[in-house]
Amino acid sequence: MAVAQLLPELAQVALLLALLVAILQGVLPLLGAHRGIAPLMAVARPASYLQLALVAIAFAILTRGFVVHDFSMRYVADNSNTLLPLAFRYMAVWGAHEGSLLLWVLMLTIWSAAVARFSRSLPMPVVARVLGVIGLVSACFLAFMIFTSNPFERLLPMPAEGRDLNPLLQDRGMMIHPPMLYVGYIGFVVPFAFAIAALLDGRLDVRWLRWTRPWTNVAWAFLTIGIMLGSWWAYYELGWGGWWFWDPVENASFMPWLAGAALIHSQAVTEKRGSFNSWTLLLAIAAFSLSLLGAFLVRSGVLTSVHSFAADPTRGLFILVFLGLVIGGSLLLYVLRAPRLEDGKPFAATSRETLLLLNNLLLATACAMVLLGTLYPLLADALGLGKVSVGPPYFGLMFLLLMAPLVALVPFGALTKWQRDTPRTPTAMLLPWAGLSLLLAVVAYFMAPQGALKTAAGVLGAGWVALGTLRFVWSRLRANGRFTPEMLGMVFAHLGLAVFVMGALLVEAQNMVREVAMKPGQVEDVGAYRFEFRGVQEAPGPNYMADRGTVQVLRNGSPLALLFPEKRTYAAGGQVMTDAGIHAGVLADVLVTIGEPLGDDAWAVRMHVKPFVRWIWAGALLMALGGFVAAGDRRFRRRPEASPA
Amino acid sequence: MSRLPALLLCMLLAFACTTPARAQVGNDTAPLQFRDAAEEARFHALAGELRCVMCQNQSLADSNALIALSLRREVLDLMREGRSNDEIKDHLVQRYGEFVLYRPKLSGHTWLLWAGPLLLLLVGGGVVATIVRRRGARPVPTDEGQEW
Amino acid sequence: MNTPVPEAPRRALPIAAIVIGLVFLSLMGLLLYGVSQSGRADRDALPSPLIGKPAPAFALPVLHEPQRTVTLEQLKGQPFLLNVWGSWCVECRVEHPVLTRFAETRRLRVVGYNWRDEPADALRWLEQFGNPYWLVLADVEGRAAIDWGIYGAPETFLVDAAGMIRWKHIGALTDAVIEGELLPALRAIEGPQ
Repeated sequence: MAVAQLLPELAQVALLLALLVAILQGVLPLLGAHRGIAPLMAVARPASYLQLALVAIAFAILTRGFVVHDFSMRYVADNSNTLLPLAFRYMAVWGAHEGSLLLWVLMLTIWSAAVARFSRSLPMPVVARVLGVIGLVSACFLAFMIFTSNPFERLLPMPAEGRDLNPLLQDRGMMIHPPMLYVGYIGFVVPFAFAIAALLDGRLDVRWLRWTRPWTNVAWAFLTIGIMLGSWWAYYELGWGGWWFWDPVENASFMPWLAGAALIHSQAVTEKRGSFNSWTLLLAIAAFSLSLLGAFLVRSGVLTSVHSFAADPTRGLFILVFLGLVIGGSLLLYVLRAPRLEDGKPFAATSRETLLLLNNLLLATACAMVLLGTLYPLLADALGLGKVSVGPPYFGLMFLLLMAPLVALVPFGALTKWQRDTPRTPTAMLLPWAGLSLLLAVVAYFMAPQGALKTAAGVLGAGWVALGTLRFVWSRLRANGRFTPEMLGMVFAHLGLAVFVMGALLVEAQNMVREVAMKPGQVEDVGAYRFEFRGVQEAPGPNYMADRGTVQVLRNGSPLALLFPEKRTYAAGGQVMTDAGIHAGVLADVLVTIGEPLGDDAWAVRMHVKPFVRWIWAGALLMALGGFVAAGDRRFRRRPEASPA
Repeated sequence: MSRLPALLLCMLLAFACTTPARAQVGNDTAPLQFRDAAEEARFHALAGELRCVMCQNQSLADSNALIALSLRREVLDLMREGRSNDEIKDHLVQRYGEFVLYRPKLSGHTWLLWAGPLLLLLVGGGVVATIVRRRGARPVPTDEGQEW
Repeated sequence: MNTPVPEAPRRALPIAAIVIGLVFLSLMGLLLYGVSQSGRADRDALPSPLIGKPAPAFALPVLHEPQRTVTLEQLKGQPFLLNVWGSWCVECRVEHPVLTRFAETRRLRVVGYNWRDEPADALRWLEQFGNPYWLVLADVEGRAAIDWGIYGAPETFLVDAAGMIRWKHIGALTDAVIEGELLPALRAIEGPQ
């Protein structure tokens, strides 16, 4: 049918229209807010909804292209083929640069529409400015996409068969990792737009700041989930048991996370105490700027990483200019306008304000450290210092050094009063629990079969944060038993931190790996686990051929799991991939991968035992839950009282 | 049109570090045999501090690239020859450059990397101290009306 | 809330502005540099620490005559090109015609270094695509290659008459690289003649 054949062109028209609408959404309401012209400001909301509709149409058309195997679309032909299962075809939409950019823009329009819908309690000029800023950002991304990365380019003559979706991406975990990540990344546009709106207005009214807090919390929570999914996916997909590599693209998502965590805390101070206004605005700008920087790093080819999309200098230049304009413009505005917004409320040295200042200091320094380490190779190259490379030994050590003081301070935060408190009160409350954590750590030290020091450190840190947080819960229960969602959110998030610390440090300390040549029937013991290798058979898949091994795992003599590690060769490109056999456990995971055939029926088999690894992702999920719960506080949604003047 | 080969090359590069090439030869593909647990532990620790030079960001211990297999065997042989960890690292740096060290050496031109965050922390700490001092300059009453 | 804002913040803010400005501008500058470099194919190549140093001694069998061993000493006296390849290496096939054309100019000896390859596969590859090499060394295990700092294929070394490594290229050779880098390096070695 003629119309169906022209759908890609229709999508391009939709995108062009969306660009137009975005420009209008950007310019008109900002002008209206500046001059006080109501009809111009009123453009903001309908424009947001219209933009969402247009981009959604384009997205739907791209999805359809994959579902029906429309190889006349270059992007579809490059990233799928007739053998690709349907579920993965849906996911292939964001499997490469152009499509993932469309997903990015879609998320942006969704957030924009959500702001339009849920901003009833804000005065029109504020809404107009916030949506206006989002409109401008959206216009930049749409322009970038339309002019350098069009997902709807045609491929003529149409090939009969496409290439393939990168086999590393053909997995359910990959289906939700990018969308979650993008929802988070892009969600920071809301506090960003709000900060710009406040700077443009020349005022920071804490009642309007209160409105942004749930948005920041939700964006951060989604980002936490997105990062957690990436880590979990890498763990089971790449098969060597790693869960975080400090890869430049991972760092690109971690920096906004750190800035976002600092922002959540800083916004709390600004909203409740009217302090740190300028810093909160700067952080809001920084968090979204880091999201943009992350997008740049992944797509410009400036840094190589196993994650990054193909390098294209023109594309890189375009997005760099865009980055420069948005970040530079915001920072310029900040420098010019921020001084007017400062309101110095007094507080004593022992107060929650001070603790949160320290929290922000440590998180911001950690964020700067990650940025430094990620860009350092480029810097060294630019300065002619040779080829340096910065990896986990640097990041891991530095991060630990910076986070240790933070972990030590966490329990004090909730128990120290605002404005002024005596050091004795929170210390007295926490001292017994510090003692208990120390005791547990010492026990762990002597009980650990290996890595005793790290194990003790993990138990100490996790125990301290968990017990300190529970002490707060107990104080509340004793006081009046009332928990606002904000408090609950904090409790979950801090407990999540404790669980995470436990998992991260203990898996490092306790993990065991053994690589052995095994013949069928051979047995290998690793710790309390026994691995019986039962041989390898061929096993075909929908779009690959696999060598599938069978390994029986026993723990302390009794059967635990039957694992089937695979080595797959994908039909389309011939790529070979290992699929690990994993048994997940609350207290430990067992992982098996098969390597090369060594002749004579022997195979190279790698066995990992990873204690507490699931705690890493459980902790992250708890933190995300905390973010969502805190956002649900009705105080944030209550319509504020009329302004006094 | 030129983007496609680049994309494929990137994918190939990505795979180089996750998949061994199809023609594996020599005994190097066989897993290394360790004499005892101490040797194994030392090897893993040392290999974790060296980089797989082919891959952007993997340690020698984790990578499956061809060169990683060769280098792991080399490291084990050097260990058995009685060389110290530092000597082994020097041996590899002479051949592959500083890049082979996973942890950047503390030398003249990496001082910014190592000192940078510390400096930032100190400066930031100074700023925080100044703010706290200034805000608490006059006597501050306790706020009894706070929720928690 | 009526406490007057002390003077100090006014002074501090221009400092903050300068710091923010500096950080932003240096970041943009660095990224601009990064973008300008991103198009270069060899940007990930490791610079060799062996340039200007003596080539490592070796004793390797010849691919076509396994009983015959060739050492570095035997190759000294005239500069030569050492090209690392394998039948499993995709880029080597891309480089092959360029290398063949260069070898045919007989400008200097092109020695092949067959790295981590089955001799049978290597021989078959040469038969299929043509043999541009004056001599092919076979390093099946890849041990000697470590001394050269070889970490992938294709790689190419220029070694002078005294056995010093003068130039290394990582990745496939192209006519541009030969014209622009190899030949000038070779002329520099040979000196005014």
